[in-house]
Amino acid sequence: MSPEQTKATSPRPALSPKRREQNRREFIRTSILGIGVLGATLAGLLPLAGQANARLRPPGAIKDRLQEQEFLAACIKCGQCVQVCPVEAIRLADLTDGVGVGTPFIQARDQACDFSCDGLQCVLACPTGALTHDINYPSQARMGLARLARPESCLAVRGQGFRGQARGADFSGLLRYEAVNRWLPIPVADHPYDLELCDLCLRQCPIEIRLAQCAAGTPPSGDANQCPPRSAIRLGAQAGGGALPLVLDGCVGCGVCEMICPVDPAAIVIDIDRVADAAQVG
Amino acid sequence: MNYVIESLRQLMGLDPSKPGPEDRRPEVVTLMAEKRRDKLTREMLHAVEAGRAQAADRHKWRNRRWATLITVNLLFVVSYYLDVQLLEGAMTASRFVGFHLADLNSALQVMLAYQHLVLNLVIGTVTVFILWLLLGGRTFCSWACPYHLLAEWAEKLHLWLAKRKWARDIKFHRGGRTIFYLFFIILTLVSGYTLFETLSPTGILSRALIYGPGLALIWVLALLAFEVFVSRRAWCRYVCPIGVTYGLVGVLSPVRVQYRVQDCHHEGDCRAICLVPHVLDVTIRGRARAVTTDIGADCTRCGLCVDICPTNSLSFKVKGLDKVL
Repeated sequence: MSPEQTKATSPRPALSPKRREQNRREFIRTSILGIGVLGATLAGLLPLAGQANARLRPPGAIKDRLQEQEFLAACIKCGQCVQVCPVEAIRLADLTDGVGVGTPFIQARDQACDFSCDGLQCVLACPTGALTHDINYPSQARMGLARLARPESCLAVRGQGFRGQARGADFSGLLRYEAVNRWLPIPVADHPYDLELCDLCLRQCPIEIRLAQCAAGTPPSGDANQCPPRSAIRLGAQAGGGALPLVLDGCVGCGVCEMICPVDPAAIVIDIDRVADAAQVG
Repeated sequence: MNYVIESLRQLMGLDPSKPGPEDRRPEVVTLMAEKRRDKLTREMLHAVEAGRAQAADRHKWRNRRWATLITVNLLFVVSYYLDVQLLEGAMTASRFVGFHLADLNSALQVMLAYQHLVLNLVIGTVTVFILWLLLGGRTFCSWACPYHLLAEWAEKLHLWLAKRKWARDIKFHRGGRTIFYLFFIILTLVSGYTLFETLSPTGILSRALIYGPGLALIWVLALLAFEVFVSRRAWCRYVCPIGVTYGLVGVLSPVRVQYRVQDCHHEGDCRAICLVPHVLDVTIRGRARAVTTDIGADCTRCGLCVDICPTNSLSFKVKGLDKVL
């Protein structure tokens, strides 16, 4: 081979041993960095194991019972739902949720979604459809399902009334009381009750309130479509006095009953792995 | 065309191409010959640099950029706290006066993971694509990303420590970033989870500013500590896929930093201050092919090189604007 040919086939000069050693070290360093980045990325999936962090999500969140994969995939973690909620029910998850970091959730006992926006503002604000635009009215939401978890502590079951602030003076949760101000939710602490028989879960249920409004001929926002098709909760008669709260198939899982329940821990709670009619989530 | 190919090469992590003798324009060859003849003395060079270091406008672009970056991030915070619909949401997706915006890399992840497209997301993505196309692509990194500002301050600390041998500066292969980029795309597609978002200091910081701090800030602090003690600007240089996404947009952008070889002293102040110094390899003596060269799309258009250049050999320009005006 002539020198010209050698030059044509290998235009680069051979690397010096020193340079080759540098390249080898750089390759190893970069590989270690790669393993680090890969490890950190996959660590984000760890909290999903056993769905330890499955959360109560805002209305319209696309999920199938505990399987939240679609919701976590679609959520862009911007918090626009947080910003529009009139009762600030929505919070964003932290790093402990792994790939769920920055996703919205509701801690119902602290602040439930009471649908005081009427128009599902969080759904409208969602830019990616993680909160699906397929639902238009509160009664269509299926966030979870209420369950009387501790009937023995339920005041209604025990036949007891309730007097005073539902969650004490220090509770900061908000609710909309139509009789007080339709547009401005107020602290639950500012609205004491005096009840012969405790029926707070029923009394404050956003679905039951809407049903009552519709029955009175004054549907929310003057829109008959806002009228829920089915009841969410009622008090059943009990032998030997008192009443038993019964969760019905109109329950949307908003968590107001869990928030307002005056006993601690709450007698009624929201299960996030059940919804009233499974057909709607499948 | 050469600009596009060279930009893509550099974005991928390959070394900038070196010109052979036949690649250099005749006028550049003459220019370099003249420069060799009229050699600068060390004293003259120091005098020019000292003059630049005292100039009133020596931080012009940095100040404009910091003001812009802080304003953009504060707009999010103020909009939420005052409940005005100015800029709602966070850096990953938002609405500006009601109009949807979506960060290109976040939108890409959601599209890959969710595999459905909602119109609002399309509107937001296209709007942001056009915006950064007009503004320079990786301009996002240095003019909007909240992590960039912290990393810039951490970099100062790193340099101060490194000078005293109290911090190391381990260099990695820039090609790693390309592999990470492909890796994030494939893994997001396969797993159906927006995996990078968990690590993104941009999203974490933006949300922390707006919605309050959380544990996720520990990850951001760990990254900053790594950059301070181990490797200069490691996240932005070697890992972050957001930079690659916007870099690809920047390939097509008319906003560039332009290098004129004429008065350049090749002393390398610009490369020493640059976040992505490989883009400025053209300022090394003998590397320029033409009288003017546009700096490649991996450049974040931060303007630090423009500010520090003692001979005004680097300047911002909008390609085609002079023809229009």
